[in-house]
Amino acid sequence: MSESKSSIIELDGVERHFGAVRALDGIDFAIRAGECVGLVGHNGAGKSTLMHVLAGTGIADRGEIRIGGTTESAYSVQRAHALGIRCVFQELSLCPNLTVAENTRIGHAALKGWRWNRRAADLIMAQLDEIFPGHGVLAGDVVGDLSIARRQMVEVARAFTVTDEPLRLVILDEPTSALDAHTAGQLLSFVRRKVGQGTSCILISHLLGEILETADRIVVMRDGKAVASDAARSFDRDRLVATMGGARELAEALQGATDRPADAPLMVSVQSNGHGSGTQLIAREGEIIGLAGLAGHGQTRLLLDLFEAAQHHRSGRHGAGTVVSAPAALVAGDRQTDGIFPLWSIADNIGVGSLKALRRGWLISAERERALAASWQQRIGIRTPDLDNNILSLSGGNQQKALFARALGSDARIVLMDDPMRGVDVGTKLEIYALIRDEARRGRTFLWYTTETDELDNCDRVYVFRNGSIVAELARHELTEEKVIQSSFAESGM
Amino acid sequence: MNYARLLRHLLPALSMALILIAIAWLNPRAISYFGFTLMLNLAIPIALATLAQMFVITINELDLSIGTFVGFVGCVTATWLRDAPLLGIAVLLGSIAVYAGLGALIHLRNLPSIVVTLGMSFVWQGLAILLLPQPGGKAPDWLLAVMGYKPPFVPFPIVAAVLIAVLVHFGLMRSSYGVVLRGAGGNAQAIGRAGWSLLRTKVTMFALAGVFGVLSGLALIGNTTSADANIGNGYTLLSVAGVILGGGEFVGGRVSPIGAVIGALTLALAASPLLTFMRVPPDWDVGANGIILIVVLAARTLIGRKGA
Amino acid sequence: MQFARNLFAKPWIWSFIGALGVWLAAVSSTGGHGGGGMITAALSLAVFMVIVGVGQMFVITLGPGNVDLSLAANIGLASAVAMKTMDGNDSLVALGLLAALASGAAIGAGNYALIRLLRIPPIIATLSSSFIILSIDISYGRGLQIKPPPGFADFTNIQVLGVPILAIGAVAFAACAGLVLQRMVYGRSVLAIGQNMRAARLAGIPVEPIRCATYVLSGVFGGIDGALLAGYFRGASVDIGNEYLLSSIAVVVIGGTSVAGGKANVPGIWGAALFLVLLLTMLNTFGVSAGMRLLLTGLIIVGVITAAGGRRAAR
Repeated sequence: MSESKSSIIELDGVERHFGAVRALDGIDFAIRAGECVGLVGHNGAGKSTLMHVLAGTGIADRGEIRIGGTTESAYSVQRAHALGIRCVFQELSLCPNLTVAENTRIGHAALKGWRWNRRAADLIMAQLDEIFPGHGVLAGDVVGDLSIARRQMVEVARAFTVTDEPLRLVILDEPTSALDAHTAGQLLSFVRRKVGQGTSCILISHLLGEILETADRIVVMRDGKAVASDAARSFDRDRLVATMGGARELAEALQGATDRPADAPLMVSVQSNGHGSGTQLIAREGEIIGLAGLAGHGQTRLLLDLFEAAQHHRSGRHGAGTVVSAPAALVAGDRQTDGIFPLWSIADNIGVGSLKALRRGWLISAERERALAASWQQRIGIRTPDLDNNILSLSGGNQQKALFARALGSDARIVLMDDPMRGVDVGTKLEIYALIRDEARRGRTFLWYTTETDELDNCDRVYVFRNGSIVAELARHELTEEKVIQSSFAESGM
Repeated sequence: MNYARLLRHLLPALSMALILIAIAWLNPRAISYFGFTLMLNLAIPIALATLAQMFVITINELDLSIGTFVGFVGCVTATWLRDAPLLGIAVLLGSIAVYAGLGALIHLRNLPSIVVTLGMSFVWQGLAILLLPQPGGKAPDWLLAVMGYKPPFVPFPIVAAVLIAVLVHFGLMRSSYGVVLRGAGGNAQAIGRAGWSLLRTKVTMFALAGVFGVLSGLALIGNTTSADANIGNGYTLLSVAGVILGGGEFVGGRVSPIGAVIGALTLALAASPLLTFMRVPPDWDVGANGIILIVVLAARTLIGRKGA
Repeated sequence: MQFARNLFAKPWIWSFIGALGVWLAAVSSTGGHGGGGMITAALSLAVFMVIVGVGQMFVITLGPGNVDLSLAANIGLASAVAMKTMDGNDSLVALGLLAALASGAAIGAGNYALIRLLRIPPIIATLSSSFIILSIDISYGRGLQIKPPPGFADFTNIQVLGVPILAIGAVAFAACAGLVLQRMVYGRSVLAIGQNMRAARLAGIPVEPIRCATYVLSGVFGGIDGALLAGYFRGASVDIGNEYLLSSIAVVVIGGTSVAGGKANVPGIWGAALFLVLLLTMLNTFGVSAGMRLLLTGLIIVGVITAAGGRRAAR
């Protein structure tokens, strides 16, 4: 009970569903003043959803939210702000058409009246100077012109600015993903200083080293629940990975993996930065190639370029210096924007990758479509009573399986994967890893961009990206998280 | 400063200069106090309608009914506002309320503004025809006095244009709530997450469009003295052209009130006086509007690509 | 009962029910006379709405922001082109139809060029081109009413047992369109693009060629409509297509196609066309003025789209 009184906010048995997806499956969470909690978990464990509930931008379907011991009946964004709870989301919340000062005004209703622009500018500049000395941002800069790194700096700084509403808890979701090592370090030491002064912080990061260094307490999430909550010093990297799930099973599964013969036909060859000066990426038939590095450093761009090159190859045009010698399919990671057709059934979503092949004469054969969907349902294990149900009736993991079925069911020999395990539960991930390895054995080539370093264990070779170019090539036997992170922060060209 | 953005900001002024040079070359006597007053007297209603459209475009919507709405306001002005002023005022205020209501409807039901405003364009047109089946009516005397005012040295249309542009510029680009309104066009989700009401921003912008639509209709009748139901029909396209020529973009919340007014003046010059001086056949009056809009947008695209 | 429940679940059934309701109201107001004649007249006029409605449906299904506002001008120009080419000569009918088709196709291609090359949003592009086409039509047709060849005009007015031959053709046309939509690669592609353009591209669908084809198709249907209208009304004119712009969008929306794209409905176009035509006929019977007609049409559009609602934004 005394713990309730000293908590800023408490969640009790909170659930949040999106259709059939159980993003939060009964989670208990509490945070006290002056505490830094690190939140870790695989993609799809529910971290973002938890954040949304805490920040008031997502309504819990079930469970209680308690502030200072009393239950909240109508929690909302306004209430959260009034209580001093701020959030920096992973997708940036700045308006690209407004200046830095104007965006600061957006965050504070109190910045109005005479000379509001001057006050907003002073406020944000002071905060940027405090967190990131030497930042180089001007209050009059239009956000749309700033680099992603600078935008992230502005957004983080804005979260810490104070006008009339208090600041008690700041939630940071992957705040260093766009920052280089030096700036990331500035941010984390600032967080420690602030926490020491009594402000609480929830830090979500994939970089376990950051979490272990900065947090007082670590909460591990898995499949929508909190599976561990303990002081940071009682954790080490191995314990964290084990608790997050999957490591042991994966290690066992990989024992049967074999090496590919070195003279298999060349499937893909491309200069990593298009100017002919970066390292060359090579993929041979049957290989699984990993793309690593911090998010947004050119991996997705490369996959999209290769996809386009494959399209042109089909129609006879050839790009300069890029070789893609077979049809390619792409499995998107952001299902909503890049993959799912929300009005269609599961069968339709699978069949859309093979429309020409499903024809009999001029018309698409309903029979062939059904057969294709059914065969993949069996092979990949899509859990549904009826393939004609709408795709959104599937859980997130099964939706992703449908997208895999679409790509694998087509005639593509090269499969490009853009961080496809986002929002997928651990059990599904293991099934899909096995499927990928199986398909690779049968001669398909995979290029796999992932933000989960552990997944790279599936790959034969890994290329690490930094600022749009490849800075390192690691074979499987040299692969460790430290090496990957080191290379991610390295200056390109060294 | 971004090179492309600089060019985009200068485009309206450059186009206006170009048109003025062309007019001066074709008919030097047009460049005078009297000449400008004559050429630009229809520019004020166009400028007001353009600003109305600008408000709507700022929040990533489009108003395809502004033309027929201006026509409807014109018909009300030439009839009720003169003969039964209280009724006329009530109707005009009521129509602004309707505009605000449309904003709410579009937000709450997540409706596409194209279809809603296309339907509304027929509503306003129908109402205008019901009110004035034949051209006629007469503008109220006070309106004629305002629009007929002749200030010393600078022609009235220019004075009015500058005033309107400065007013809206300060309201939208410099005020603290104007930031929220523009932000709603740039990243509505961010505005919502910061705790602002997106419903209120939509209603505000549509209401402002209604207000400026009413002002445009008043100004139009103040110039033409009588009304007819179809008088505003070309304004829909002209208003969109004016916003784009003025440096605005269809999505993203990037607009410029001053640019929009300059754009409207440029179009007013290009749409009629220039064509007359160039002796374009009357068959092509309508088509010329379409070509102008395409040329404007093409110029914008090319500039955007160069600067990119 | 299962059959009835399935029937009522279909989105297009409501437009037919609406049409039936209006017909009953109109018939009851005339004391039961002329019901059959009303249906025949309605079928004749609905044909022209259906033809352009199908084209508009494909365009709208491509996704939000896609609409062809050049249809009215397109129809006007096509009617003049067809009639001038036919030149009152029955042997030139085929050539005239081809010319109208070509004119429509050129307009569609022009629209797409504006959209793609100059990156002009479809609404603005088609609106601007409609003004240009109007001017072309005015100067080309010189405002004269050009008469169709007698054989062609008679053909378009033939009725078989009270059912206009054009209506039979239009029903077959709609059936083909439905097949193309659901069972051909082109139709599936349009539906995919409308739901999620980016996902469609990443699934290997050639997005830009499909969009081009769709705008050209809409133009072609406008061209056919113009030629047929000139035959049916025995003369081409600039204004002949004016009411078909809003009608084309109305029948698509009322018929159950989603304006957000990705979901389309062909039978509903017929139901909505009948509904609109019968409504206008009823209003005419009641002696409703032009202004009132416009007002009511506009209110119905706004009402229907409000009731249907838009797509909920992705979370």
